Amino acid sequence: MKKFVYALVILMAIIHQDVWWWDNKRLVFDFMPLGLFYHALFSCMAAGVWALAIKWAWPSDIEQWAEAGEEQGGEQ
Amino acid sequence: MSHAPWLIVLGQAAEPASRTPLYIIMVYMCALFALGWISSRLFRGSSKDFFVASQSIGPFMLLMSVFGTTMTAFALVGSTGKAFSLGIGTYGLMASSSGLIHAACFFFVGIRMWSFGKKYGYVTQIQFFRDRFESKGLGYLMFPILVGLIIPYLLVGLIGAGNYIGGVTAGMFPETFSLPEKVLPSGKEIAHPLNGSIPAWLTGLVISAVVLFYVFLGGVRSAAWANTFQTIVFMIMGLVGFLVIAHGLGGLEAASNKALEHAPEKLSRVGLMTPAHFMSYMLVPLSVGMFPHLFQHWLTAKSAKSFRLTVIAHPICIMIVWVPCILIGIWAAGLHAEGSLRVPPLPNGTPNANAVLSAMVKTFMESPVLIGLFSAGVLAAIMSSLDSQFVCIGSMFTNDFVVPWMGKDRFTDKQKVWLGRGFIVFIVLITYGISIFKPTSVFNLGVWCFSGFSALFPIAFASVYWKRLTKAGVVASVIATAVTWSLFIYDALGNKGEKWFGESHAGEYLIAGVMPVTFICLASIIALVGVSLVTKAPSQATIDRFFPTKG
Repeated sequence: MKKFVYALVILMAIIHQDVWWWDNKRLVFDFMPLGLFYHALFSCMAAGVWALAIKWAWPSDIEQWAEAGEEQGGEQ
Repeated sequence: MSHAPWLIVLGQAAEPASRTPLYIIMVYMCALFALGWISSRLFRGSSKDFFVASQSIGPFMLLMSVFGTTMTAFALVGSTGKAFSLGIGTYGLMASSSGLIHAACFFFVGIRMWSFGKKYGYVTQIQFFRDRFESKGLGYLMFPILVGLIIPYLLVGLIGAGNYIGGVTAGMFPETFSLPEKVLPSGKEIAHPLNGSIPAWLTGLVISAVVLFYVFLGGVRSAAWANTFQTIVFMIMGLVGFLVIAHGLGGLEAASNKALEHAPEKLSRVGLMTPAHFMSYMLVPLSVGMFPHLFQHWLTAKSAKSFRLTVIAHPICIMIVWVPCILIGIWAAGLHAEGSLRVPPLPNGTPNANAVLSAMVKTFMESPVLIGLFSAGVLAAIMSSLDSQFVCIGSMFTNDFVVPWMGKDRFTDKQKVWLGRGFIVFIVLITYGISIFKPTSVFNLGVWCFSGFSALFPIAFASVYWKRLTKAGVVASVIATAVTWSLFIYDALGNKGEKWFGESHAGEYLIAGVMPVTFICLASIIALVGVSLVTKAPSQATIDRFFPTKG
């Protein structure tokens, strides 16, 4: 599922470039320009994709390693 | 074209405007003082608590502090002004792309950085880089560059606050802060639109002092508390303000139809930006992966799970703040084209984009109480970034410069906190001085600052995913970034003759039709990868330390 999530992230980056509505001035709900409406929807979809990432691609190995106990002793 | 409506407003400026908004802003400042004092009661006195709140911040406060930190004058004042000149495309340029890219940075880089901070006790990102690349000297190279890039970011806040408060307080103190009359192109003299307003130097002084106060008391813990409070304030007040302005314009439909009628070009992107320009902007939000102040906020997280809410809710929070600002910006463009909105001009006669939001508030919010509350919200957005940046500068000076240079045991914990505080004051004074003499577009200044950080992001990303990355590669990347960034910013802002690399288009400096960040990032990546491949790899012990799992 991790690969599916990563593919979704790439797909989002692609559909962000909405050249198909570049010169469309139509108002959605009579007040929201279509280009702005699309990108507001995009923000909601991005939240959805990240929710899926947390469900299916969470770095639990890193989390467990970090919380296994502090080693400290960092810094040159 | 009739100028009557704004001339009427100017005519009324002879009588002092209501000072109620200012009193409300002052009450808000007092509330911040109180919050700073309360949060300081939880301050444990140690440098770890001052710099990373002893890693005790939970999911909601992490979301509010991270989101509040990324939203500054750039988000409210800058976005409205940019939409005024570039239209709705402004949202796609920075907001929707940030929803995807910022969260990606938190997810792919932030959690890993947090894990190293937790495991090895880091307080700043330079400490991580020093260990990861087995080099003390690397820290001395990165310290001035990171501080140098934060200064324009601080400037964004101070200039944005000065412009906004100047616009919204116009006419309040006609005798104390009088300004000379302005001459119209027709030769007619009119009262200065900002006559009697609070000057930018005073606004900058007050907000710097308030933020310094609560940051000094409790460090990053106070910043996180204040950020949470201020983020809630500016999100609520932003929405309220938006609805009130829409109501003042006869409703959402009437406002947008006015924009469609008088400034239709602002409702699409054709003629204002090209697809290549739009796409290249996607590199700018990568900067959050390299912001030292965000790194510090990541380290305050109680656990990795604290990141989950931030990753999911960040795009939605951006949308809640930016959509109203973009709509206000295009409405302002329509009203300005119609002649029913006066935006204070720059010395060259063009409308000052930084003053668009305050002009809309002043013109279409009738209640002085609402103006005061909305203005407190704008300042909240600005100060919620300044506090994190202030703490971060102090942390970096103490932990990345003084301690490595003088030795770990040279200073007591208390002295380290005071060293940090002293350096914060020093940098704030420098920034404050520049803000008075160099007013410029908040949006464009922010983009230049972010471009520098974006070009350094490959270092952060590769440091947690590429074992072969070397110290020499990082040094080469930092130098490539510094050289290209300096050349391009000079060409864009300082070069008065023919441009060497790019050209200005609709107020943007573009190289081959794309943002300069494209070429700065390219130079950074080529240097990073190229030099790493031909130099000695880090020791196996270091690789084992920073790549502990297969994930």
